[in-house]
Amino acid sequence: MNDTTAIRLIGQPLKRQEDFKFLAGKGRYVDDVRLPGMLHMAVLRSPHAHAKIRNVDLSAAKVAPGVRLVLSGKALAGKIGPIVPNWVIPGSKVPFRPVVATDCVRFVGECVALVVAETLAEAYDAVGRIEVEYDVLPAVIDEEVAIREGAPQLHDNVPGNITTIYKVRGGDYQNAARAADHVIGLRVVNNRLIPTCMETRAIVASPEPDGTLTVYIGSQVPHMHRRWIAETVGIPEHQLRVVAPDIGGGFGAKMHLYPEDLLCPYLARELDAPVKWWESRSESHQSTSHGRAHTENIEVAFRNDGKILGLKVETLGNVGAYLSNMASGGPTVNTVNFGTGTYKIDDYEAISRVVVTNTVPVDAYRGYGRPEGAYIAERAIDAVARHLKLDQVDVRRKNFVQPAEFPYRPYGSTGVMYDSGNYQGLLDKALAAFDYEGRRSECQALRGSGIYRGIGVAAYTHMCGMAPSRRLAMSGFDRGGWESARVSIDSSGRATIYSGSMSQGQGHITSLSQIAADVLQIPIEDIDIVQGDTRQVQAGHGTFNSRSMAVGGSSVHVSSQRIVAKAKKIAAGMLEVDEKDVSYSAGAFSVPGTDIAPVTFPKVARMAYVGHKLPDGVAPGLDETVFYDPTGMGSPSGVHLAYVEVDPETGIVDILDYVAVDDVGTLINPRLAAGQIHGGVVQGIAQALYEEVSYDPDNGQLLTGSLLDYAVPRAEHVPNIRSLFQQTASPTNPIGVKGIGESGSIAAPPCMVHAVLDALSPFGIKHLDMPLTPPRVWAAVQQARMGAAQ
Amino acid sequence: MPEPDNRHVVTLEINGTRKTVAVEARKLLVHLIREDLGLTGTHVGCDTSQCGACTVEIDGLAIKSCTVLAVMADGASITTIEGLTDIGAELSPVQAAFHEHHALQCGFCTPGMVMSVRQLLRDQPNPSEHDIRHGLAGNICRCTGYHNIVRAIESLASKGDQP
Repeated sequence: MNDTTAIRLIGQPLKRQEDFKFLAGKGRYVDDVRLPGMLHMAVLRSPHAHAKIRNVDLSAAKVAPGVRLVLSGKALAGKIGPIVPNWVIPGSKVPFRPVVATDCVRFVGECVALVVAETLAEAYDAVGRIEVEYDVLPAVIDEEVAIREGAPQLHDNVPGNITTIYKVRGGDYQNAARAADHVIGLRVVNNRLIPTCMETRAIVASPEPDGTLTVYIGSQVPHMHRRWIAETVGIPEHQLRVVAPDIGGGFGAKMHLYPEDLLCPYLARELDAPVKWWESRSESHQSTSHGRAHTENIEVAFRNDGKILGLKVETLGNVGAYLSNMASGGPTVNTVNFGTGTYKIDDYEAISRVVVTNTVPVDAYRGYGRPEGAYIAERAIDAVARHLKLDQVDVRRKNFVQPAEFPYRPYGSTGVMYDSGNYQGLLDKALAAFDYEGRRSECQALRGSGIYRGIGVAAYTHMCGMAPSRRLAMSGFDRGGWESARVSIDSSGRATIYSGSMSQGQGHITSLSQIAADVLQIPIEDIDIVQGDTRQVQAGHGTFNSRSMAVGGSSVHVSSQRIVAKAKKIAAGMLEVDEKDVSYSAGAFSVPGTDIAPVTFPKVARMAYVGHKLPDGVAPGLDETVFYDPTGMGSPSGVHLAYVEVDPETGIVDILDYVAVDDVGTLINPRLAAGQIHGGVVQGIAQALYEEVSYDPDNGQLLTGSLLDYAVPRAEHVPNIRSLFQQTASPTNPIGVKGIGESGSIAAPPCMVHAVLDALSPFGIKHLDMPLTPPRVWAAVQQARMGAAQ
Repeated sequence: MPEPDNRHVVTLEINGTRKTVAVEARKLLVHLIREDLGLTGTHVGCDTSQCGACTVEIDGLAIKSCTVLAVMADGASITTIEGLTDIGAELSPVQAAFHEHHALQCGFCTPGMVMSVRQLLRDQPNPSEHDIRHGLAGNICRCTGYHNIVRAIESLASKGDQP
């Protein structure tokens, strides 16, 4: 019999179950972990961007009050490490990275020595007593400078400071350029950012009486951290328990392997005591990975009518001093594969170079490569519209991939496939919500009275949930694409779900329960979700790449289906009918068309555990584990519009309206989905208008070293976000869902830049690099006015 | 170096209970609250008094507890996020509005944000959106984009309830 779904929670804007502990101050983050006899580690960091270490004198620190251990890098060499990346694009040259520097430091903030003391204050005090003699070397900060001849070299095995060269090609760009009416070039900078989770990193490693080690760490990827720590410190993986408690934001920064993640476990075992490290905010700016940091040279070939024929891209991805966890994959696969965006551009040619510099390592940050890729496509098409003086909407419409063309492989790519989408639908919905025509007229009318308003448009698509596993080997990604879920029904019919995904604020307790409730047909109150403990959760990859609903959610869906399938067999036995005659809905197994009394899910669950009356061949228990490996990746897409007013006298950009229309396939929870868009868009606005990591180009000093200097936006710097959705189901997973977490930070930067450039078009300004701070906008206006006056 | 006799005795009232602790002179109030009193709902999100995650109420005023030395709080009456709800009791109006409007994601900034919003509504019971956004200038949230925090506060405007 067909089952019906009386309980249908997918698509409902449920409020979050997890809110109460956070609102009551009962959230438990790593810094809240306090264990008896716990010691504290503090790290001495390099004050130089590039220097030889001549001598490290630990003697004064060793005799400081409360100090239990002081070590320099030399004492650790050969005992733990080196830190190796997890994603290595084939052909990459991987620099040697010790856990603590031994002979040479390569960025301001690199670990040089450490202290373990009884209190954190004593550890800090003792760090201040360590004396290090350095021979300062010339440093290189900028990716374009780093690859020039004669630039300071960071690693002997990385000639020219280039670790990786990656090429993508489809069609014949040179042919397209010859056939085009116009070819224009554009150089764009994707500014370096600091992810800025409000909870900084922290870790506690605690030896247990049975010889195992428990590590509390705010990890987006607990099982991956277990593997990496085990392999790098030399602890058998099964004797290591990684616990990720509540996490105060991740955004990609908490999915890498950092030196402190290795030091605490090592030191805890050496000292046979719990060892904690907590990162101060200013320390975080120089020890936690940065994001973006690209320079792109773009060439676009197009016809008089605005049709783009070809696109050529040269990317330089600055990855800092070493190859961090995923660093060789970001500027390459994740960026230039997506360089054509939502547009049909058959002739495409891209080369990406991954460049080391004397800066903090750069790695994944919300979107990782896809914001940079979308910025290429969007800045290119915006330049085409501007060059031809065509409407920015019309040019996009002319070049969009058409709904009938999905699944679509851009430029004949074998690696990239957009599974589904309807970009015209997104655009139409966005234009209507925004009142594009009305505002276009308003902009024109106001310009006469010296008011400079502008409209920005940006479209994006990308791919989420890297999979299937067998495909990841080709790009050198040393992990699988699956996610695991175990649905365990107790003898009362309630469910505990052990999920390998890891919430950092997304609300998985609520959204995964919605997915499970629809399949299990039991009340959501009867479902608990467990994440973030490798001793409880069987296996997992965690949360990144907007994968948790599409891959993690699907694993919950499939394992719940297996529960129902088995429960139906047991119910058939209890009802003494054939299994195919049993129908299941709303927690009751019934035999339609008969007067047989239904049997409830809790009764079936009890029967599964007492085992008194099970059909032949059915084992006791109601507990299913699934390793769900997707067949492909879903492609979210969207069109965002922004309305701004720019004051040419101050350079201040005022955001008057922001409309986001996003296609994330099936919406699990519209309330939480909109929340993801709000947050992502504001991080994208922050990149476009406010945030930028600054280094002194001469000596490599980090100038944005604290939250006093790095401009994270406050409430008054950002607008209301009008978030709307279109639902084009993904054919790649059983729920039809696509990722959502990264959408906002992908769309917003080009959208904002285009709005500001539109406002400044009367001044003839065609390009500005992010962030569009008041001084930068003001200077551009001044320069344009001076040019016009001459 | 801190010897026991270099410690200073601080007596304060925290969430209605009188406590006496001995602290180093350099200890910040936020660390006294977290470490000595074990109230970990008050968070440390920065080291330059920018983020507001450590906001508590001192004698009825919302103050960043990283800007106050523990010894300066001697004799003060302090309310932290834990003081707003008893276990099992209903949430206070600001907390309930945050839940209703999905005004929190990771929850790290939330306790400080809630304490600041209570102050904002005491100062301006009927704030405009501009007042709200300006009034939140001392608190950073990285998850919500502030949109739903503003909605939550708007829902409380002029309700006449004690925040």
